Amino acid sequence: MELNDLHIDVLKEIGNIGAGNAATSLSAMLSKRIDMNVPEVSLLNYNDVIESIGGAENIIVGILVSFEGDIDGVILFLLKKEFVHLILNSLLGTELKSFEEISEMEMSALSEIGNIMVSSYVNSISSLTNMKIEITVPSLNIDMSGALLDAVTAEFSEAADRVIFIKEKYFCQDETVYSHMLLLPSMTSLGILLKRFGIDI
Amino acid sequence: MSQAVNVGISDMKIVNVPNGLISYALGSCVGICIIDKAAKIAGMAHIMLPYNNNSDKSNVFKYADTGIDEMIRQMERLGGLRSRMIAKIAGGAKMFDIKGSSTIGNIGERNVAATKETLQKLKIKLFAEDVGLNYGRTITFDSVTGNLTIKSFGKDLKVI
Repeated sequence: MELNDLHIDVLKEIGNIGAGNAATSLSAMLSKRIDMNVPEVSLLNYNDVIESIGGAENIIVGILVSFEGDIDGVILFLLKKEFVHLILNSLLGTELKSFEEISEMEMSALSEIGNIMVSSYVNSISSLTNMKIEITVPSLNIDMSGALLDAVTAEFSEAADRVIFIKEKYFCQDETVYSHMLLLPSMTSLGILLKRFGIDI
Repeated sequence: MSQAVNVGISDMKIVNVPNGLISYALGSCVGICIIDKAAKIAGMAHIMLPYNNNSDKSNVFKYADTGIDEMIRQMERLGGLRSRMIAKIAGGAKMFDIKGSSTIGNIGERNVAATKETLQKLKIKLFAEDVGLNYGRTITFDSVTGNLTIKSFGKDLKVI
């Protein structure tokens, strides 16, 4: 299946709506006012994604959630150090010096944040399309971005060479941080999803 | 080793002594390194999937089976001999463990299994391996010594 401009526009809109909800949940959790820009949504291949998150060896937090139901696929949530620091500092009052020193408690806090953000994301897609979508318990790992990404890409590369890449920019007090979310529906699910928006493929 | 040539995802390179080869951040992907010391050549393939079931000719190095097969063929063309070749492999990690998911399987484990099966079929000796677990690996292969160096986040360098 070839994606045309119309398909991409719809996917961008889905990305927008989900991201807005995710930011609202984040703001509530951290009890901080968080503003955000309209997220950038693009369709990228593995190498482009790696480049936009700082290179293959950049250490990053990855939270993977699988969704099933009327549509299936995975969402990979990628958090750079600045964003992780903001979350942990607001939630636990800790200072993250390096990923090597991250504690179990900080890891589970991150995992929970990821879970809530992905849930609100998926819920907004679900209510918008009137589809039943359930998500699994998230799996978290901190490692080189290339390594976190290749497994996810491999599982889906037979379906599509490109992934839906959503870059969100948040403003919190004086800080600007970014998060990245990769949405990978299975090929069948992508068709179902687009159809719900009245687009035949 | 004087200079390391970069091998990207779904790619393969062959170098002459004294050059080396490097592949960054392998997760579930597998890096297959083969050396023929007498012919003074070394190759590295960075595969992503186990089998090329649809005979995808445009991207043979994406798959363990067709990738290794083509690497051996090209090494033979450069004077390599199968009987002298030895292989070292690294990668095939399970970066995320999602319980009860039907959409995410264990691609790393399947990549390693396909790699070993292909090497065996082509009668290439598997000399050393560093596979599985849940972390990424950047690998460097030295064509002079045949050493494969593995760098991972938060771990000591490992040489196999």
